[in-house]
Amino acid sequence: MGKKLLIHNDKVPGIHTLEVYRQHGGYASVEKALKTMSPEAIVEEVKKSGLRGRGGAGFPTGMKWSFLAKPEGVARYLVCNADESEPGTFKDRYLMEKIPHALVEGMITSSFALGAKTSYIYIRGEYFYVARILEAAIAEAYAAGFLGKNILGTGYDLDLYVQVGAGAYICGEETALLESLEGKRGNPRIKPPFPAIAGLYGCPTVVNNVETIAAVVPIINMGGEEYAKIGIGRSTGTKLISASGHINKPGVYEIELGLPVEEFIYSDEYCGGIWKNKKMKACIPGGSSVPILPTELLLKTAAGEPRLMSYESLSDGGFATGSMLGSGGFIVFDEDTNIAENLYTFTRFYHHESCGQCSPCREGTGWMEKIAHRIVHGHGKASDIDLLWDIQKRIEGNTICPLGDAAAWPVASAIRHFRAEFEAMIPKTELAH
Amino acid sequence: MSNPVNIKFSDASLALIQNIMSRYPEGKQKSALIPVLHIAQADFDGWLSPQTMDLVASVLKIQSVEVYEVASFYSMFHLAPVGNCVFDVCRTSSCWSRGADNIIAHIGKRLGIKPGETTSDGMFTLKAVECLGSCGTAPMLQCGASFHENLTPEKVDALIDSYRAAGTRRSYTDMDYKNTL
Ligand SMILES: Cc1cc2nc3c(=O)[nH]c(=O)nc-3n(C[C@H](O)[C@H](O)[C@H](O)COP(=O)(O)O)c2cc1C
Ligand code: SF4
Ligand code: FES
Repeated sequence: MGKKLLIHNDKVPGIHTLEVYRQHGGYASVEKALKTMSPEAIVEEVKKSGLRGRGGAGFPTGMKWSFLAKPEGVARYLVCNADESEPGTFKDRYLMEKIPHALVEGMITSSFALGAKTSYIYIRGEYFYVARILEAAIAEAYAAGFLGKNILGTGYDLDLYVQVGAGAYICGEETALLESLEGKRGNPRIKPPFPAIAGLYGCPTVVNNVETIAAVVPIINMGGEEYAKIGIGRSTGTKLISASGHINKPGVYEIELGLPVEEFIYSDEYCGGIWKNKKMKACIPGGSSVPILPTELLLKTAAGEPRLMSYESLSDGGFATGSMLGSGGFIVFDEDTNIAENLYTFTRFYHHESCGQCSPCREGTGWMEKIAHRIVHGHGKASDIDLLWDIQKRIEGNTICPLGDAAAWPVASAIRHFRAEFEAMIPKTELAH
Repeated sequence: MSNPVNIKFSDASLALIQNIMSRYPEGKQKSALIPVLHIAQADFDGWLSPQTMDLVASVLKIQSVEVYEVASFYSMFHLAPVGNCVFDVCRTSSCWSRGADNIIAHIGKRLGIKPGETTSDGMFTLKAVECLGSCGTAPMLQCGASFHENLTPEKVDALIDSYRAAGTRRSYTDMDYKNTL
């Protein structure tokens, strides 16, 4: 059994209540941080821990925190990104629903470290019931003196609010999220300026994923150095993986980074193998935006090394033979899966979710959906596969926000590794031309 | 179909809206727009008529056009009337891989409607939507605040029957939610 730091208590009855959560050591990090540590010392511990953002990009959290501008007399904000809309990802929901106080505790300690007096949790609108669970936990935390004025008698004041969205994947992009929180359409902003300089209401702001914030709790409790001993290399700590698709045991699993991919898929402790005694054909290891890999390249790198669940190992080989850990949305496909049809669901998704600000993304995602649609419906042209390839190339790197790249990569990787499947769907009469 | 003239929020809703507006710094009350639109949609027949949006604009002291602009951006806001129960059925990869298309087809057949349509009795609207963060319990649908997961045609039938028997409108803001996680 690997180490668990985030959801080890998920099965404890009543763990969503403050009372039971405290009986299991809850809010110790708040006591320790607010009473015995300076904000700078907390940032230092997070740096030492090697924690990397769990929202998808894997940016070092301690470094992000140290970039936060601190002009005199200007408010600073911490905004938690609970938008969780990347297809294949449902870990934040699990954490918030089962152990809401873990996020609330992390928000208090992190807000103190950043000098924020007001913090927000921006949650996707579809998770309305999870917002209710969080609000109940927050009310308990206020009543117990962990939120509000003069927290635990330390003189530190913090208000924490939950803000619901209303259905838009793009609002997971941090600047679109801030626009949405300001009551606007979720159009990503042009960077720079980065949120660390001008974020919410133009003030210095840190945006972090739910799991990132929750990981601050064990980091403060055990110390950054101890945390950094867990995991492998620069992939420190534990990671929540959302496992779905054709496996026997879909669900959310906390793994120690560095676990072999093969063990994750086939061990009964995790996915429990492929359903219906079938073989695996392919896997998307980090959410819809990361490249799909055929089984051989998923389990072993091009150099023949066993592939591990870590930032480095999953991206080994670059896009030619590797993928990414991303958000940890791990989608498995069995031998009977039509990869082109699966890709069509993604092209439709990205077209639907493009905010429409940049023409390569707005037009390109539309074209990719249209072409993928005709291929899977048997009306493809011989030139369509190259056309898809061409369009995704033109989007990549040419847009305001990374949604463009996120739309391009699934197309590129599906064609790169499964071109023959696409060709097989083009009518024979077409191929004769 | 339109709302009666001079619609008003209930006192309870107004109190909630005041509370939400107090969560942002002075002068930034526009931040309350999305939460308030959710309340408005739930209070006024499950959709946002121009009149409802004008009411929201006046409560938040912003221009009506600012409200329309936002309401039209987000997929949970309905700009035309919908049935009492909106079935948001996920169709993205993980759900697709475990039979979402069959579920959508089954609901369509049972209700005699296609995605995007409403039954003639105004009871159900069927929508095919993108990933709802329930991929590990696929296939799934959301109705109001509730997630219905690991769906089979039999479960869908039971769901339709129970919603039809209850006959009430389901809203995303409902306090009674069911989730099978
Ligand atoms: C299109 C798009 C969608 C995103 N969706 C999410 C999301 O749902 N949750 C999330 O935490 N980060 C998401 N991100 C990443 C955020 O922009 C940001 O990097 C992240 O919240 C930072 O937190 P972290 O450093 O703790 O990971 C998304 C990015 C893009 C481009
Ligand atoms: S890349 Fe797409 S989603 Fe991002 S800003 Fe441009 S149009 Fe909008
Ligand atoms: S793919 Fe259907 S809920 Fe995620």
